[in-house]
Parts: sequence; C-alpha cells; structure tokens
Amino acid sequence: MIGIEHYLVVSAILFVLGVLGIFLNRKNVIIILMAIELILLAVNIQLVAFSAFLNDLVGQIFAMFVLTVAAAEAAIGLAILVIYYRGRGTIAVDDVNQMKG
Amino acid sequence: MGYLNSFYLSGPEVELSVAGLILLIVAAFAGQKSAKTVTALAVLALLGAAAFTVNLFTNSAFELGGDVWSGLYRMDAFGSFAKILIYIATIGCLIVAPKFFDAKGAYRPEYPVLMLFGAVGMGLMVSAIDLMTLYIGLELSSLSSYVLASYSRNDGRSAEAGLKYFVLGALASGILLYGMSLVYGFTGSTSYLGIRAALGDGLSTGALFGVVFVLAGLAFKIAAVPFHMWTPDVYEGAPTPVTAFFATAPKVAAVAITMRIALDPFGGNAAAWQQIIIFAALASIVVGALGAIGQQNLKRLLAYSSINNIGFILIGLAVATAAGAGAMLTYLAIYVVMSLGSFVALMMLKDSGGNQLETFGDISGLSSTRPVLAWCLLAIMFSLAGIPPLLGFYGKFVIFQAAVEADMVILAAVGIAASVIGAFYYIKFVKVMFFDEPADVVVADQSKARWIVLALSALIISPLGYLLTPGLDWVTERAASALFFVV
Repeated sequence: MIGIEHYLVVSAILFVLGVLGIFLNRKNVIIILMAIELILLAVNIQLVAFSAFLNDLVGQIFAMFVLTVAAAEAAIGLAILVIYYRGRGTIAVDDVNQMKG
Repeated sequence: MGYLNSFYLSGPEVELSVAGLILLIVAAFAGQKSAKTVTALAVLALLGAAAFTVNLFTNSAFELGGDVWSGLYRMDAFGSFAKILIYIATIGCLIVAPKFFDAKGAYRPEYPVLMLFGAVGMGLMVSAIDLMTLYIGLELSSLSSYVLASYSRNDGRSAEAGLKYFVLGALASGILLYGMSLVYGFTGSTSYLGIRAALGDGLSTGALFGVVFVLAGLAFKIAAVPFHMWTPDVYEGAPTPVTAFFATAPKVAAVAITMRIALDPFGGNAAAWQQIIIFAALASIVVGALGAIGQQNLKRLLAYSSINNIGFILIGLAVATAAGAGAMLTYLAIYVVMSLGSFVALMMLKDSGGNQLETFGDISGLSSTRPVLAWCLLAIMFSLAGIPPLLGFYGKFVIFQAAVEADMVILAAVGIAASVIGAFYYIKFVKVMFFDEPADVVVADQSKARWIVLALSALIISPLGYLLTPGLDWVTERAASALFFVV
C-alpha cells in the first residue's frame, strides 16, 4: 500500500535534486532552468499528495497556480538567457563572473 | 461581504492592474515615443492608489480592516502602511528614470509598466492572508523585478545581474513554496487564520520544517544573511534606478510579509522562529558591516549597507512584540528615504561623456567641485550609519529600545557594537569626498526630478525630520497594532 509518506519522500528527493542541480551544475544555465522546474514540480507532487490525503481541494488549486507561475517563470528565464547569450556568446555557468567581490 | 466591498477594499490593486494593462497596450501600439507619457500616467496611477490607500488607512471605519475575497485578502492598517511606502518608493524610482536612460536613448515604456505590475504584486503580497495570495503577489513582483534587472539589454553586466537574480530568486521561491506546502500539509489549511488555529496546540516536526523553509525563502527575498549572496552582484549590475527600486519597494514588501507571516500564522509559536531571526539579524549586521569594507564600487557598498540595515530591522522582529513591530516599520520608513536618496545621489555622478561613475576614485574631492551633492551624500551616509542628530539615528534608537524593553539586552548590545564597525565605511565617504585630491570628473547634473528627490530625502533625514517623528510614531503604532489584532 502506498501511503502519504512515499509521496513525501519522492517529492523531497526531487526537491533536493533540484537544489543540487542549481549549485553543483558547472555546465550551462539551461540545466539550472531545468532544476528550477524540478523544484516546482516536486512541490506540486507534495501539494497534490497532501490535498488527496486531507480530502481538501485547496492543495490542488494551489498546484494549478504553481503550474501557471512556473510557465511564466520559464518564459522570463529563457528571455533573460537570450539577451545574456547575445551579449556574451556563451551560457556556461563558469563564465557568469563579470562581477565579483 | 459582497463583490462590491471586495473591489472597494482592494481598490489600490484593482486600479493599478487596470492602469498597468491599459498602459501596456498604449506602450505596445505607440512604441518608444510614448515612454514619457506612459511614465507620467503611471506616476498618476500610483499617486491615485497612494491617495486611496491613505484614505483607507485614516478612515476609522476600517481601523481593523476587513477580510475580502473569501478570506484571501485583508485590508488593514498594516498592509496600507506598507503599500503607501511601496507606492512612494516606486514613484521616486519612476520619476528619476527617464533622464537616466535617455542618455543612451534606451528609455522604453516597458519600464513604467513593469514597475506598475511590480507595485501590484507587492501590494497584493502585503495584504495577503492566505499562502496562495501571498505566492501570486510575490511572483508577480519577482517576475517584474527579474526583467527590470536585465533592463539595459546591451550592457553585459545588466544581463548578468538579471540572470543571477532570476536563478537565485527562483530558487528562493521554490524553497518558500516547499515550506508552504509542508505547512499546508501539516495544518490542513492555507489561510493564516487556519494555520494559526492548527498550530495552537504545538508544532509538529513537519510543520516546523515548513516554518523554517518559509522563513529561509523570505530571508532570500529580504537579502538577510546567510541568503544574501545575490545582493551585491545584482545591485552592481542592474541600472541604478532599478537598483534604487530593489533597495526600497520590494524590500519593504518582503519585510512586511515576513512580519505578517512570523507574527500572524506562526505568531503563537514565536519560540520556534525567534532563534533563527536572531541569528539572521546578527549575522546580517556583521556580514553587512565587514563585507562593505574594501569595496571600491559604490553600488556594491550600498548593497552591503542594505544587508546591514536588514539586520537592524530583523532585531525588531526577533523581539516579537507590538513595540518591536512598530519600531521595524519606523526603521523601514526612514530606510526607504535614505536608500532612495543615496541611489539618486549615485545617479547624479556622471562624467562629461554621460557615463555613470560608480567608484570611490570618482568621488574623491567631490566637496570642492560639487559641494551640494557632496554635502547631501554626507548627510545620507551619516544617517545610514545612525549618527545623531540625523533621522537614521531615530530608527536605530526605536529598534534598540524595543529590544531592551523585551529584555533582549545582549542582542541590542551586539547590534550597537556592530553598528560601530559599520560606521567605518560610511565615514570613508567623508574622508574620500572631503580630504582627498579632487578627481574633478563629475559634471553638474541638470535633472530637476533627481534634485527634487535628493533634496526631499536630505530634508527628511536632516534634524528637521524629527518634527515628523510624532506623526510617524502614531502611524506605525496603528499599523503594528493591526498586525497584533488577532492575538
């Protein structure tokens, strides 16, 4: 029998993977965008699992809002990435270092 | 509570969103030449929203506010106070912008429209009494901020600032959201009222994790240590009017929601989060003070200064009393004026080629070439350092008073000691501007809007500003008591 704990563990693992994806990734910024999506989807799994567990629709409504915002966030992230690439000619994470100190 | 009442009490947001949408269409059809008109209309819309909010704030029929939109939104004195500060800060950042971008021919009507949407989001989040409303408001303002940070499309640093802000801001939203979902799961409600009731009989481990995640996400948004690392880069890279905006309006909104979240839904479990806030407050004060030493770039230095100031504001939250909340709001109001003044002064540092100057080398000997500007900067820096008789001292005074009254003498003592370290780099401004060889690169500034904003903020933080303190005390007390009404 699959209970609420299993869903929470899956979502916690996905969340941690997403956070690690942002910090450990040295390749390129697209992977960071994917990691951000992963975090938001982990939250969605958790919200829906809680919603089903509590017999309360609010969690699912919240998940809908999160999906919408995630779409907007991805659009803006890619737009910023495009102007960044135009100026720099690269999207490697190690090159995002014009400002330091 | 009918629809009409809901529309009336959330009037500022309704008005600003309608204005934002209309101006967006105007901007899309009329193009770049409409930039000035759109800015003027946006300022008018913000003035209207501010006047409406003042009316709601002072109207005694709404002293304790009202919950509208089925308990998703609350109009109360606390939210109104934060909104008034947000609107004033946004207006300030709007009226100084056209001249700044015009130098490069880069002023486009998107700027005021994005600011308007940012203001809507911030107003929504300070009035939110449900995690969903809070999240939507927060994202609306954050998404506008990401775009604003990378507004100077052709400047590599601006794009990089936007990218960094986006990645770390999205991460912060993710952490906050994860905390919200835990809180929802372990309390069974997303409304502040329901959460407070469910947490009344103790905090389960899951809910405690939720509280910690929510506070960590909010600490990112207010740039408190240990989640401050994005601040210097974003402040340095973003165009200066946008930096001024980041240092004022979103900061007010983020601090206000942190207060509301900590004191309303989690207010019954203050012991659970006080330790975290005390740590964040002291760490922010120390890191802000030490990090600024050795910085050559003035915008970067002001970023550390904002981290330092957030530390002082958090001391007011750590004491978790109405007096502490009132002191936070007082400090916040004064801080907004000082920040706005300091960034506008930075905008006025230009060489004869119209390039922005942002390092200590450029302002050396400024007092002999541009005395008025140098004296204004001097007053603002001393005020930020909290040196009496300037108004910045009053902000620190009420914060420490609240801490001492709540028997947190050690916290206050460490804060005062660290503020002495902080004074070091503020005084460096004086040394460089008044005693170094004149570099004489700064040309006279012609923009009336900038002089007006700078003069107003210098006037308010001058000793004359103490005339305002009785009024300010009355207002912040009223706002803070609205926050504690539920207790």
